[in-house]
Amino acid sequence: MIDEAIVERTLGAALRTGGDFAEVFVEDKRSSSAMYDDGKVEELTSGRDRGAGIRVVVGDTTGFAHTADLSEPGLAAAAEAAAAAARGGGGGERVVSLERRSTEPPNEVEILPETIPKASKVELLGRADSAARAQGSAISQVMARYADSRRRILVANSDGLLAGDDQVKSLFSISCVASGDTGLQTGRESIGATVGFELFDTYDIEELARRAAQRALTKLDAVPAPSGEMPVVIGKGGGGVLFHEACGHGLEADLVNKNASVFAGRVGQQVANPLVTLVDDGTMAKEWGCYAIDDEGRPAQRNTLIENGVLTDYMWDHLRARKEGRESSGNGRRQSYQHLPMVRMTNTFIGNGPDDPDDIVAGTERGVFVAQLGGGQVNTATGDFVFGMTEAYLIEDGKITAPLREGNLIGNGPEVLTRIDALGNDFAMGSPGTCGKDGQGVPVGDGTPTLRVARLTVGGTAA
Amino acid sequence: MDDLLELGDRLVTMAAPDEQVEVVLGAGRGTSVRAYDGEIEAFTSATSRAIGVRVVVDGRQGFASAGTLDDGVAVETLAEARDNALFAQPDEHVGLAEPDGVEPIPLDPWSPVVGEMTDGERIELAIDLERRVRSGDPRITGVRSASYGDAQSTGAIVSSTGIRVAGRSTHAGVSVLALAADGDDTTTGYGYDSGRDHTDLDIERVADDAVERSTAMLGATKPASARLAIVLEPRFAASLLGIAAGMLSGERVLKGRSPFAERLGEKIAAPMLTLVDDPTDARSIAADDHDGEGLATRRNVLFAAGELRTFLYDSYSARRAGTASTASAVRSARSTPSVGIQALAVEPGTGSVDDLVGGIDLGIAVHSMSGLHSGVNAVSGDFSVGVEGHMIRAGARAEPVREATIASTIPRMLLDLRAIADDLTWLPSGAAMCTMAIDGVTLGGT
Repeated sequence: MIDEAIVERTLGAALRTGGDFAEVFVEDKRSSSAMYDDGKVEELTSGRDRGAGIRVVVGDTTGFAHTADLSEPGLAAAAEAAAAAARGGGGGERVVSLERRSTEPPNEVEILPETIPKASKVELLGRADSAARAQGSAISQVMARYADSRRRILVANSDGLLAGDDQVKSLFSISCVASGDTGLQTGRESIGATVGFELFDTYDIEELARRAAQRALTKLDAVPAPSGEMPVVIGKGGGGVLFHEACGHGLEADLVNKNASVFAGRVGQQVANPLVTLVDDGTMAKEWGCYAIDDEGRPAQRNTLIENGVLTDYMWDHLRARKEGRESSGNGRRQSYQHLPMVRMTNTFIGNGPDDPDDIVAGTERGVFVAQLGGGQVNTATGDFVFGMTEAYLIEDGKITAPLREGNLIGNGPEVLTRIDALGNDFAMGSPGTCGKDGQGVPVGDGTPTLRVARLTVGGTAA
Repeated sequence: MDDLLELGDRLVTMAAPDEQVEVVLGAGRGTSVRAYDGEIEAFTSATSRAIGVRVVVDGRQGFASAGTLDDGVAVETLAEARDNALFAQPDEHVGLAEPDGVEPIPLDPWSPVVGEMTDGERIELAIDLERRVRSGDPRITGVRSASYGDAQSTGAIVSSTGIRVAGRSTHAGVSVLALAADGDDTTTGYGYDSGRDHTDLDIERVADDAVERSTAMLGATKPASARLAIVLEPRFAASLLGIAAGMLSGERVLKGRSPFAERLGEKIAAPMLTLVDDPTDARSIAADDHDGEGLATRRNVLFAAGELRTFLYDSYSARRAGTASTASAVRSARSTPSVGIQALAVEPGTGSVDDLVGGIDLGIAVHSMSGLHSGVNAVSGDFSVGVEGHMIRAGARAEPVREATIASTIPRMLLDLRAIADDLTWLPSGAAMCTMAIDGVTLGGT
């Protein structure tokens, strides 16, 4: 992607004013997408981004500059800007000699999307539209989107590290509108993986479209959701969003370090029901949040965060780990070369528990069953978090009954972890997600079996 | 700007006779400083370049973009957009904007001050902001981040249909997230401001705001569920009306995704609501003389005394609806245009905020909102978000509450609007809003 000798000289330039640490991150990303809406292929789009971000660290100060100019003078100018920003005290020549380290990717990519004709990608969209509309005349609108990306990165730093990764992702989503006497309702499904076009050998696009359409149709009969505290059962897969918000962000070392997390200082303590073992795993083959190396060149790891309810560790990036005199956990990620890395999740999940999912519902007298979750948001300092329910039902006398209108649920992370009182044996990963933090979005995965929170506040309009 | 226009011109002259080509270009440089604990935590200097090319042939649209203005890549981007157009299905209404004779209002959202600032002055602003927050109250235990940033941007749009416009702007902003604690109880408060340059920023007010918002929530408990009135200060009124106005997108209406389709000319909001989308008003930080397709922006009246007056259109949706564009195309150089709101402004009421609160028997004054992206559905109209705030009892501010939801539907909230106060505020987002009260909202708590 770029000449090693140039990278070495750029690192030397970055350290000229006396930085403790310097890093060059080079990225070359190509993406393409196709959009189907309102009964036709609306447009195809392509994007290309290529550039480098250079950071220099002096003490607790980071200087950062980025450039789309990958020539040696372009990189030298960025290195100088980053070094000036970090305002190091000393000076002099430092020579960096790089040693290439290779890390096996979690999985091989079988079919590079760039080798597939655009017509084949477009063809998927029309099939999805037809399958969704065939679910009933009440399906009044369908939008389908195909997207792929290939992101090649190279990371080099003043510790001599030189590593690269080639990250290929494929995504397909479908959104339906159903219209009836009660107004408009929506249903959505998406699949995504760190693979190439073979994604569509694994998944049946028509089946996905039918499910999205059914979600919208079901909600035409939806009644207002209740409001207030009650037991909430979350179906397999979706519950990952709950853990992502309830405690995942709070276990990111940059927030812990600033005392901006309710989980600061709680390693070794019982923070959750002993049923709960929470893992963040960047090595999970093909999952949406996996990679060979993170955006600081560190190999992805499987990190156990909570084991049998006891908090075992936080997630770490280079800066925060260095400060604590430990190793990064491979969670240093950034949206693009234009961004500084920070601690981020990868694929976050709860493993199987002992319970039969049907028994969990049957054992709930009155509550809410959430079949599909939307996004969420957390205030890590207070622990209060919300997440959306995009498909949910009432539970009455241990049975799933009326579909509910959409809304948020709200809870407090540390409290909710101790209120999980049932965990199913039907583990599944959820839909591909984009996690936002300080204005940067990165792809993440999550998963859970069916689970129950004994008490959670449902934000509906009914009494 | 001239170099952007020249590159645009060069690409547009490459359009084939039966082809429409539109080139959108952007270039910018920015600096940001994040302070922590009296030191610089991060200092970023950024340059950005972007090009987006849209090609329309026989009613088929293709688009490609790149993060550089390199000549060779620009030509490749045109070729890629042209290739992409082959795979779209024809739509007779697809096409670029054509000049419509509307003169742009003169605007120069550019301050030379940004270019004259030293890095030392930028750093001092961020550190000063953090220091003010930390010393603002003994219960402030820290600051998660205090940032100052500014940017200079230029942009141009050139098309084979005769659009040729360029503009430049500057922007400066600060934000801070304060942490307060009392025993085991921790709270946060967010303050921010924006302007054309740093002299527009009221650092003291931002610091006070973050301190006040965080300390005010100490001791907050979970409220009991109830049906009540909500009071939204200007920043949250802007969030709610922004979502509602987004539902007036002509594209959403045409594609059957708006509950307000078929309601033009009807009273669908309380009579006190008059709302415009007006990017021509220079008082708004979001003011712009041209929209994302290069048409002169205009003042669009969305609601007049509660009556729905217009939907918003870009050139595609206008052509399809048989009307004229309202110059409401929003986009970056990296995306195709879509219909969006630009600078919402509400007509102020006549009573004070105190009067508004004083008339409420049971309510909640909202202090922060979360989950606007996860609990609000602009197609069905469902609205449910997490809130912190203060209860209002018998017309007076009462105890702080947290971990609660408020829920209704957007169409109902427009009708249930109970009062708009006289405190018109130009927000850092570019909207001009007042404090509002809305009846009949469900508070979800214990």
